Amino acid sequence: MGWAIAVHGGAGDISRSLPHDRRQPREEAIRHCLQIGVEALQSNSPPLDVVELVVRELENIPHFNAGRGSVLTSEGTVEMEASIMDGNTMRCGAVSGLTTVVNAVSLARLVMEKTPHIYLAFDGAEQFAREQGVEIVDSSHFITPENVERLKLAKEANRVQIDYNAQPIQNDTKKEKPCANGDSQIGTVGCVAVDSNGNLASATSTGGLVNKMAGRIGDTPVIGAGTYANELCAVSATGKGESIIRGTVARDVAALMEFKGLSLKEAADCVVHERTPKGTVGLIAVSAAGEVVMSFNTTGMFRGCATEDGYSEVAIWSDAQVE
Amino acid sequence: MGWAIAVHGGAGDISRSLPHDRRQPREEALRHCLQIGVEALESNLPPLDVVELVVRELENIPHFNAGRGSVLTSEGTVEMEASIMDGNTMRCGAVSGLTTVVNAVSLARLVMEKTPHIYLAFDGAEQFAREQGVEIVDSSHFITPENVERLKLAKEANRVQIDYNAQPIQNDTKKEKPCANGDSQIGTVGCVAVDSHGNLASATSTGGLVNKMSGRIGDTPVIGAGTYANELCAVSATGKGESIIRGTVARDVAALMEFKGLSLKEAADCVVHERTPKGTVGLIAVSAAGEVVMSFNTTGMFRGFATEDGYSEVAIWSDAQVE
Repeated sequence: MGWAIAVHGGAGDISRSLPHDRRQPREEAIRHCLQIGVEALQSNSPPLDVVELVVRELENIPHFNAGRGSVLTSEGTVEMEASIMDGNTMRCGAVSGLTTVVNAVSLARLVMEKTPHIYLAFDGAEQFAREQGVEIVDSSHFITPENVERLKLAKEANRVQIDYNAQPIQNDTKKEKPCANGDSQIGTVGCVAVDSNGNLASATSTGGLVNKMAGRIGDTPVIGAGTYANELCAVSATGKGESIIRGTVARDVAALMEFKGLSLKEAADCVVHERTPKGTVGLIAVSAAGEVVMSFNTTGMFRGCATEDGYSEVAIWSDAQVE
Repeated sequence: MGWAIAVHGGAGDISRSLPHDRRQPREEALRHCLQIGVEALESNLPPLDVVELVVRELENIPHFNAGRGSVLTSEGTVEMEASIMDGNTMRCGAVSGLTTVVNAVSLARLVMEKTPHIYLAFDGAEQFAREQGVEIVDSSHFITPENVERLKLAKEANRVQIDYNAQPIQNDTKKEKPCANGDSQIGTVGCVAVDSHGNLASATSTGGLVNKMSGRIGDTPVIGAGTYANELCAVSATGKGESIIRGTVARDVAALMEFKGLSLKEAADCVVHERTPKGTVGLIAVSAAGEVVMSFNTTGMFRGFATEDGYSEVAIWSDAQVE
């Protein structure tokens, strides 16, 4: 048994005809972040440090809906959220409503380690960030032209969505239409890791839903929904936040293992394929035994994983036609 | 099989020597709120309406830590939160960071029914409240002299706590000291109900922890922690928010029933007595079969329940010395 790590950059209705220039940078980024995590595990960094490090990297990359590159609220602003959990101690931290904090996942960890609380949000979280001296910037730093365009499209469609297929490039007459499905609510980044001693950790971060109401909180900072870790496994979920909250997705994977004796894969597949609506959820998970699963009931999920025995993979869709 | 309902007004280190004038009004209030719920069920009101109605009533009573009577943040303000969940549909709603909304539980229900989201917080939630035209007042409405005193005591003790035993009455030379334990983190109100058809619902509301950091969110609005309902049972938890979040308390009761085949009572007792630290958690729960349980690992829990066969009870401590 050795270490294992998985990362994701969002699950959703990702069209197989996604243009090369919208696909390759993300695959490259996943590969890059995975490598950072692998090197950290190889240096014996604790999984809690590893997941924070990897998610920070994902937050800094503008191609994903977290940190820089976060989708915009209906008011054209960013409201970022994240959570982190340590399997051994089950300590956790979460933040919501951040507008100037460069790395939400790190602030979540500080809430966990420097306060008697688990979850801080909005003004109180921003104030705590300043007290802690974390890196803060003008919120324009997080806003990308693509997301300004996404918001415009969403308002036109009067739908809350994130659509990887839309070409938010000005003057592009060949703009691909938002997919027929319409409700491709994706985004969020996450990382789960386990070391060779079975120590587990999970972290998730997001900008939320494009065109969301100001103040809207999704699954990402809700412990048991978007993030969960205990002594059995570590889970990070992505997809339609409301479905993940309702389905207590991350907690259920661990609960199925503990209360029903399912394996990591059986538990993940059960939650994703039998207990949540199709097209709404994806997750990555690792077990104390060093197993990795990446399950999704959406068209695709930007993801990657690696294990100590040398296996590694970066993918978007599933090869199998039937899940 | 008939209807069943349970209410709680907070679990914690409630001293058995609680003075009459700090005990009787709360018992009376619980009896009153229970009766409101009973009459609603007898009129065939859906459980979702019943739990909202009862929690509104509890919020309006200043003796409990919710709505009027909410404990204060470190800044001397109120930040109220609540959640509600319908077992049949598993639709849910949650709010946090409210300062002027008279009934947080009702706003949570409006989030569930009038938005595509589940959870709204702080400024965005307050804005939504105004758009919905719910009752709002100056936030001084929620602040009671007892809570101003509680905050003062907490700051002096430099501890985050809610202590039912403290006598926050000015000029009272016989002021009882905060209990030796110190970390008596209690408060929150809640209600769970089931009708004779097995329809289930749960709702929880709170002012949070006295002297909490501004922006701190507890278990109450976290679906799966403080509130949960599905087709098997409805659960409302109270106690130390951080322990309830970490322990995914409300979700675990239902998960133990579903995945491990435990009865409602076995599941509740397992979560409260085997899976959470002593002195941190209490919960009320009803099952689709009309059973009721009220479990706590704290010294006491203000509570009451009633069933269609005519049984009803209001209590604070447990008769049994051994849980």
